[in-house]
Amino acid sequence: MIRTYLLLAWTWLRASAQYPGPMITMAIGSFTVNALDVAAIWVIFEHTRSLAGFGLAEVMFLYGTAGLSFALSDMLFGNVDRLSQHIKAGTFDTMLIRPVSAFVQMAVDRFGVHRLGRAAQATVVLAIALSRLDLPWSRVWMIPLMVLCGIVIFTAIFTLGGALQFLLTDAPEVANAFTYGGGTLTQYPLSVYGDELVRGVTFVVPLAFVNWQPGLFVLDRPDPIGLPYWFRFAGPLAALGLTAVAVLAWRAGIRRYRSTGS
Amino acid sequence: MIEVDRVGRSFTVGRRRARTTVHAVRDLSFTVEAGEFVGYLGPNGAGKSTTIKMLTGILAPTSGRIQVAGLDPTRRRTALARRIGVVFGQRTTLWWDLPLRDSFTLVRHLYKVDRVVFHRRLEELSDLLGLAEFMNTPVRQLSLGQRMRGDITAALLHDPAVLVLDEPTIGLDVVSKAAMREFLRLLNADRGTTVLLTTHDLGDIEKLCRRVMVIDHGSLTFDGTLDDLRATAPGEDSIEDVVARLYTGGSTPL
Repeated sequence: MIRTYLLLAWTWLRASAQYPGPMITMAIGSFTVNALDVAAIWVIFEHTRSLAGFGLAEVMFLYGTAGLSFALSDMLFGNVDRLSQHIKAGTFDTMLIRPVSAFVQMAVDRFGVHRLGRAAQATVVLAIALSRLDLPWSRVWMIPLMVLCGIVIFTAIFTLGGALQFLLTDAPEVANAFTYGGGTLTQYPLSVYGDELVRGVTFVVPLAFVNWQPGLFVLDRPDPIGLPYWFRFAGPLAALGLTAVAVLAWRAGIRRYRSTGS
Repeated sequence: MIEVDRVGRSFTVGRRRARTTVHAVRDLSFTVEAGEFVGYLGPNGAGKSTTIKMLTGILAPTSGRIQVAGLDPTRRRTALARRIGVVFGQRTTLWWDLPLRDSFTLVRHLYKVDRVVFHRRLEELSDLLGLAEFMNTPVRQLSLGQRMRGDITAALLHDPAVLVLDEPTIGLDVVSKAAMREFLRLLNADRGTTVLLTTHDLGDIEKLCRRVMVIDHGSLTFDGTLDDLRATAPGEDSIEDVVARLYTGGSTPL
């Protein structure tokens, strides 16, 4: 699987190198657009000293970890939620007649360096946040683990979004609400939203385990809605559970696939 | 080599109240032995493409059983892909922005073809189909005829036992068409590759197919040799008229 992914990624990279102009502009464009997110956070802190009890560096930490998870997941697998385009164009059929996983082919389709823009921006934000926070090593170890779990959770959501498009081929936007919506939601401390929403993203779509619960551990903060302490370490569990659901949904989608008319 | 046993495939179309079920294929059964060259005919919307998609594992049948090269296409889709070659005349599997040669190298990796075997095979196919002059041209710059030859090569590099072709001569000029037919004839005669071909060009059928199957409204209406096919309408001279009669169910076509 990994070999196939790398092989196809390399092939698409060489293909995209045929058009260097658009490739570079798109990378810069995505870096800039996402930098505006940070500008927004900055503006908020011009008016207030804390956001739901979190300082600027802490909000940047939450933004950076979730942003990095989302960007890497989007870079490696986000293309899966373009499935409806491939179904409509009939190109998904040609993926199904090759002897490698259709999921891998979808994920890597049109791979290009422009996908690096957002990850670069999130890394910068996270680096700034960490340099201002001065965290003890006894808590820092959680950071790579939470970013990894975040990648898995977002990838599972992208996959669910893709699987949904086997049914809703004409409404891919429904899936985007969960994928990109989830990416945006996790940029702020979840406590700025209502308790009901926090419970929703803890128990229904486990976005709280991307950066909120493990973030509370890293920043050594009490949970505003008082969930048990061990929830802070439940990221891997949530990631695995959601992945299992996503795998089943994708397989069910392939079985129900209807192809196009011709 | 191909066994289709009482296969059906239906689609539900429309939304909520206006929902209806369309039977694209119903109770379809046929067998194709190793080494056969079979033409698969039928008017638009008769169920040809649906059948091809079920044989290649793209679509799962709603009922019945299929075996291709000893495998169930739905359950063993990727394993089956190594044993069959598929060409869609209207859709390329080549990499649009890369030289033709790169698509072949990629096929070698994806299908895990041994390097030595691959180079021998590519040389053979390249000689037969005259690929040398555009081997290093990006696929997007190839003419339709050249691209089609590239697609056929890509489908045969792993030396499949079965080749499935969906309208392979569509849009080709007279010379390209003749070359394509001669190539397919040789492939079947010399290598013994089983070929199943759909087409609307009855020249393909007359030149190539010893056996013809006709599907209409999702079921076979004819299965036999080319001579048997002619015998269904003794009064008609051209094969077009014979087939048109079959499609319209015996009444005289316009």
